[in-house]
Amino acid sequence: MNTIGSMAAGRLLFQRDLRLAMRRWDQVTDPLVFFLMVTTLFPLALSPELSRLREVAPGVLWVAALLSSLLASDSLLRSDAQDGTLEQYVLSGQPLTVLLLAKTVAHWILSGLPLVLIAPLVAAALGVPTAALGVVMASLVLGTLTLSLTGAIGAALTIGLRRGSLLLALLVLPLVMPLLIFGARAVELAIDGETAAGPLYLLAAMLVLTLTLAPLTAAAAVRISIE
Amino acid sequence: MWQWLHKLASPPHFYRMAGRLMPWFAWPATLLIVAGLYGGLVLAPADYQQGDAFRIIYVHAPSAWMSLMVYVTMAVSAAIGLVWRMKLAHAVAASCAPIGASFTFAALATGALWGQPMWGTWWVWDARLTSELILLFLYLGYIALRSAIDDPQRADRASAVLAIVGVINVPVIHYSVVWWNTLHQAPSVTKMAAPSISPAMLVPLLMMILGFTLCFVAMLLVRVRGEVLRRERNAEWIREVLA
Repeated sequence: MNTIGSMAAGRLLFQRDLRLAMRRWDQVTDPLVFFLMVTTLFPLALSPELSRLREVAPGVLWVAALLSSLLASDSLLRSDAQDGTLEQYVLSGQPLTVLLLAKTVAHWILSGLPLVLIAPLVAAALGVPTAALGVVMASLVLGTLTLSLTGAIGAALTIGLRRGSLLLALLVLPLVMPLLIFGARAVELAIDGETAAGPLYLLAAMLVLTLTLAPLTAAAAVRISIE
Repeated sequence: MWQWLHKLASPPHFYRMAGRLMPWFAWPATLLIVAGLYGGLVLAPADYQQGDAFRIIYVHAPSAWMSLMVYVTMAVSAAIGLVWRMKLAHAVAASCAPIGASFTFAALATGALWGQPMWGTWWVWDARLTSELILLFLYLGYIALRSAIDDPQRADRASAVLAIVGVINVPVIHYSVVWWNTLHQAPSVTKMAAPSISPAMLVPLLMMILGFTLCFVAMLLVRVRGEVLRRERNAEWIREVLA
């Protein structure tokens, strides 16, 4: 009954989401502005001294990235659920897992990747030495991808609920606390001039685990939510 | 075997059986807990390092143990409900959440009370306490999701997915917190479970753990009975049972 293969369907959906975002730019800029604002709060609240900011920089960067990515996850399925497109995905006969994976990756490119790209700027402003910026970006690439995938489960579970976005945060935050631990630790090690391979490997391992299980779970959750 | 399972899963049968079984768990639980408390608080000798303060372990360790066991029970019954579409299993999972959250809270509270004489402060970012705290968040998220969904079937199945995701994450969270903790803190933090523990201390502890487990089963049976009544409130058999 499939008229096109599942990979082709996934690619089409991926392109559609990117094109939609190009026409409505705020989906990309909102989480980014949020990330910048949150990281600006800390120098204001703590002190403008770079030496003190450097100590808290890993935590600040990672907490801000976590919150901003969580905020973005909320929009992953919202509009598709509201106008009934999501139901059409389920009815399309294509594997929902592949479709959701395509959507999530597109979503990451729109919300996670910009964050990774702007992070060195923010990190430098927080006094992180230039040598550590590579690790900042690497840890955020691994971390935000995992966050987007985990966020997809939360978004699928909270489709159409009142206070959905707040609930999404309550559900996803405890699940992603390990990411925060390893991500911040990697940045901390890099700032101290040590090798950050250990936590980065662990982040990568968590990405692999999430990549294999999260789309399946999100697909199951979508089916439950729109039944 | 299957027939027996099917019979067990039928709400009226379960309702009657749970009512009959409940005292068989509640009474041994009461006896074990009373005896364990007496053994732990009165008979057991004071610890040579921690003095009498160690005695809080008799509530803390069983609560912490239960907080994990209840979560696993919840996830397993949620999975059964999801796979075999068994309504009773969902009722069990729903009833587990508040009990588990209470045990987790008890473990946290007693951990903090123990920390005051031991560490000189109510709260230390100790690995066990922190992962208990995250476990409490997992429970609260589960309860929040359940209460946010109006349709009972969707609430059952969505929260089941969350419970399963949570149970996969619990070991990851636990070990990452342990790793984080050993990096940031001196390894001098006292371990609750000493490698060698005298029988006078151990026996009451085992009694408490068993007592708490039986107590959980008894509470679960009562709660599931209530849950079944609420869910089947329009069913014919309820009128017969309550008449």
